Formats: sequence, structure tokens, C-alpha cells
Amino acid sequence: MTITEDKIYKALEQVMDPEIPVLNVLDLGMITAVRIGENDTVLIKMIPTFSACPAVELIRNNIRATVEKELGASVTVEIDKEAHWNSNRMAESAKEKLKNFGIAPPQIHNGEAYSEILMHTACPHCNSENTYLRSPFGSTLCRAIHYCRECGHVFEHFKPLE
Amino acid sequence: MTRNDAISQLLTAMADDSLIQGHRNSEWTGLGPIMEEDIAFSSMAQDKIGHAWALYRTLHENLGGTDPDRFAFLRGEKEYKCCHFVEMPNGEYDFSLMRHFLFDHAEAIRWEQLQQSSFEPLVPLARKLKGEIKYHTLHANAWITQLCRAGEESYARMQSALNTCFPLALGIFEPNPEAEQLLTAEKVYAGEAALRAQWMDRIYNILAVAGLNLPDENEVTPVYGGRKGYHTEYLQPLLDEMGYVFRLDPEAVW
Repeated sequence: MTITEDKIYKALEQVMDPEIPVLNVLDLGMITAVRIGENDTVLIKMIPTFSACPAVELIRNNIRATVEKELGASVTVEIDKEAHWNSNRMAESAKEKLKNFGIAPPQIHNGEAYSEILMHTACPHCNSENTYLRSPFGSTLCRAIHYCRECGHVFEHFKPLE
Repeated sequence: MTRNDAISQLLTAMADDSLIQGHRNSEWTGLGPIMEEDIAFSSMAQDKIGHAWALYRTLHENLGGTDPDRFAFLRGEKEYKCCHFVEMPNGEYDFSLMRHFLFDHAEAIRWEQLQQSSFEPLVPLARKLKGEIKYHTLHANAWITQLCRAGEESYARMQSALNTCFPLALGIFEPNPEAEQLLTAEKVYAGEAALRAQWMDRIYNILAVAGLNLPDENEVTPVYGGRKGYHTEYLQPLLDEMGYVFRLDPEAVW
């Protein structure tokens, strides 16, 4: 089987985030480069969402194992030190998946103060913007907790990050 | 002293501050006054320890330092360069919150500055961490402001915590003249005095909104010593506890 970039990306679609199982590593924008070297060796570069993300090594191993299994190639996964993750890297389609999973997606931001964009995060259950931030920290590093005054749900939010 | 020695001193102090503050934050896990606060301090602990880890990795990979885990857990007390402020026990919630406020604004300013550093490995890290720490300062600002408006006792406790914390917080900016001279000449960073002046401006503006009086910086004695390896009686017991599992078997693979 010839290894192509398309096939590598296809395989990467199967690698899900362990903390948000509806999103794969491409949805999240965690992959920064894919290269095919001599003898069909594959190099994949990735970046963690938050620098203290405890799942990085797990995700890295999952990427290697999945791509090796799908393509039968020897795969190296490196942490890309040049790039850094920000929430604008998340695909539009991923935001829809996130919302259907019950987590409000991150707003697009242009470096403005977080306090402004966190004020009226739309509720993933009823779409109301009559909400408030209860805490900028939640069950994982990438989530905040909000309350919806309209439907009374406490909901989680994938935090925007520069 | 070479440029790299000076950078190593700066990064070790920053990393040790972050590690020890992270450990103190983690001591609130399970004990926070409300669930959201328990989660907030636990999350900030995770961030801080992650930031320390990133700096220990930079020391290891770019500056010839030892393995990050061994460096974090196996040094003698005098080899740690954290300031006394982060060593202090958590005390009551007023102290912990005020320390969190003062410490995180200092870190935020430091990382904002380091985005322009001539030491390249720090630049992408600075961009990343600056964004993460914004959530820490957002959290701190919200609580400081709210608790200052929550009645007489609450306000008095916040003012008293500020008075207690302020001389300790100035210790974050303990001068290191020889290294700083090199680092400012080489444009690695702006130096402690410049960071301290920016920090004073920033906290003053938020404290003014909360109605708190910032003590006069010329009237207090900054608590120095940490950057030279002299520590309070609280650090050694913290190190004993923090490194207990690691020291049982330093070669273990997790």
C-alpha cells in the first residue's frame, strides 16, 4: 500500500481526545505537520491544547498506534515546539459536535480580554445568551463552568485560549 | 557568569516559584470553601506544576540542566530558589486568595515581557503561558473585588491579607544584580525592577476598584533571601511531602 498524506489524515480522524470523546485530534487542531520520509516512515507533529494537559502522552501514543495499525508504517510523533495551540485552531465542524455533546464551544477571539467574551456564552442546551460565568475552571483544564438563567442548566464551556 | 548561567538562574527561580505555589494550591483540593473554588485551586495547581515542568524541560534541553523530575524532587533545600511568599502555608482563604492575586499578576507580567526575549526557547512558551495565566488573574480579580464588597468583616480581612502579603510579594522581585546586568544587556528580559514597577501599576488599578489600600512600597521591608537559597521553616516540610513518593523509587517508570 502506498502511503499518502490523505491516508494519514484519514487515520488521524480515528484518534479521539480522551477527555472529549466526540472530537478527534484534527477537529481540535492539534496536528501541525505530517511528513512522509524515506522507506515510508511517517513523522507527525502535534501540539497540546493546554501546556499542563495530562493527556498529552496518551494522545501521542494513540496517534502513533493508530496510524501504524492503519498504514503499517513506522510512525514518529513529535511535540511541535515552534507552534502553540490556540482555540481559533478548532474546526467549525468541531464546534457543532462539541455543542451537541453539551459543551459550549470556544468563541473566536482576537486577543481581547477573556472577561468580555466569557460574559454571555450561549447555552448549548437552549441557545440563550442570558448566562453568566460561574468559574473559569471546570472538570478539565480546558473547561469553564457557566449557568444559564433561561433554562437553569449549569453547563461547561471549552475556554477560548490565545 | 555566562549568559546561559544567568538564564539558568532566572528560569530556576521562576520554575521553583511555580512548582511550590502549585503545590500550595493543590493543598486546597478537597478543602475549598465551595466546590467551584476547590476545582479552581486544583486546576491552577495543575497549570502551575505544568508551567514549572515546561521550564525545567527548557533548563534540561537548552541549558544543560539535569532531568526535570530529578531536578524538581531531589534537590536539597538550599538549591531551591523560590521566594518566601510561595512557601508560606495556605493559612485561611483570605491569605490564599490574596497571594494568588499578587503572585499571578506578577507571573502574567513576567510572561508578557518574555514574549520579546532574545532567548528563543522562551518565546513560544511565553505566548502559550500568558494566555493560560489570564484565567488565573481573571479568577483572582473577580474574588478580590467581590469579597471587598461583601461586608465589613470580609473587607477588613482582605485589607489585612494585603498588608500581610505585600512585603512577601515584593520578594518575587528580589534583585540578582550580576545576572540581571547580563540579562538586560542581552535583552533576555527587562530585569526585576522594571517588572516590579509594571506589577505595582497593574495591581494598584484593580485594588483601587476594590477599595483596598496598597501599602507604600517605601515603608515596608521586602522579604528577600529565597533567590539566594535561604528559606523559611516551611519549605523543608513541603519538600519532604512533595517528593515523598518520588524518593521511594526515583527510577520507577510511570
